[in-house]
Amino acid sequence: MNRRKVTVAVTALNAIDSPGPGVPVIRGLKESEMLDVRIVGLSYESLEPGIYMHDIVDKVYQIPYPSSGIESLLARIEYIHSKENLDVIIPNFDAELFPFIRLEERLRAMGIRTFLPTEKQFDERHKINLPAFGKKYGIKVPASEPVNDPNEIGKISKEMKFPLLVKGKFYDAFVAFNADQAREYFHKVSAKWGLPIILQEYVKGIEYNVIGLGDGKGNRIAAVPIRKQYITDKGKAWGGISVGDEKMLALTDHFIQSTKWRGPFELELMKDEKNEFSLLEINPRIPAWVYLSVGVGQNIPEALVRLALGEKVDAFSHYEIGKMFIRYSWDMIVDLKDYQQIATYGEL
Amino acid sequence: MKKMKSNIALSESGFVFNPNTGESFTLNPVGQQLFEMIREGQDYQSIRKKFLEIYEVEDSIFEKDYEDFVHLLHSYQMMEPDEQA
Repeated sequence: MNRRKVTVAVTALNAIDSPGPGVPVIRGLKESEMLDVRIVGLSYESLEPGIYMHDIVDKVYQIPYPSSGIESLLARIEYIHSKENLDVIIPNFDAELFPFIRLEERLRAMGIRTFLPTEKQFDERHKINLPAFGKKYGIKVPASEPVNDPNEIGKISKEMKFPLLVKGKFYDAFVAFNADQAREYFHKVSAKWGLPIILQEYVKGIEYNVIGLGDGKGNRIAAVPIRKQYITDKGKAWGGISVGDEKMLALTDHFIQSTKWRGPFELELMKDEKNEFSLLEINPRIPAWVYLSVGVGQNIPEALVRLALGEKVDAFSHYEIGKMFIRYSWDMIVDLKDYQQIATYGEL
Repeated sequence: MKKMKSNIALSESGFVFNPNTGESFTLNPVGQQLFEMIREGQDYQSIRKKFLEIYEVEDSIFEKDYEDFVHLLHSYQMMEPDEQA
């Protein structure tokens, strides 16, 4: 088959203990049978491992942090585009989605496609708005409250019993068993991710996740549910297995149909002792375990790029159940000149 | 009659995988034998008769162990729900 040549820029090349999805997204794209993909990595820091993976990343450029504003991001992308002629950008960090959503039309005018949720979809699924989201779409979610001042914690903890989850607006979650702990985590999380933090009812149970892709018209293009088998102290799945739970797929379909979700997503679910699922979080992007979806027969990064390019993409009808991913770390030996190049010139 | 979900997988080594929940278990040879009989749809009296023939076990102890085993299968969602007590 003649594979369509495309140049795709991918962010989130980091791989710390809370790894970014960039490298597994690239692995999926490189294994595509329909696309011949040239990868342009977009990095923030000079030590992101993906920068140095020359076998799968063809070129890397540093880009400014989202906090520096969309104009400086756009200026940098214009420069990169002038060199690389980008077809598609896949942003993979929560914090950079909003700027990329805002830039969608301007990028399109330059000839660069994205396939992201709308601003409304992005906002209403936000952790802060999750209770309203659950009510609107008839999805069971745990009670939660946004908190801007640590003095509010005492009052809220009278309404919601401990233990409670203290969550950052983008990342991080800690279980607090009393108000003192909650205040401690408030400061820790807000220092890193800003305000508000979210206090969420703690649901005891087994963690499941669903990775999916919606076409923006209410149709499911892809969905793979997993059970987390090995969870780090950061709550990240370091091992998982694909499962065939129809309830999770039905919930995913309901989510896609009712929101007309556009783009990739991850549903974080907790199954309680009554075997009922609560939706803990909706991540509006590809999760770091996306490579399992490729391994079970649903190449979500490939489908995402094809949707972004305006191609007709058929929905995946099946996936292999009982396939596992087991994550590991890998030490690369890197020449100082590579590090020097990216650190000094912002390109490699 | 107790009915097991049709998609529960059992390997020759006694490894059980529930594809609905992602849980897996290991059975000893006796558990494996009991599991297979239940999966085949054999009723309690038939299973009891065979076990009492093969093993030196008191009727009352077998009954208790059988009920415990089936209870575990229910709690791990391996049995059809309409059969639950």
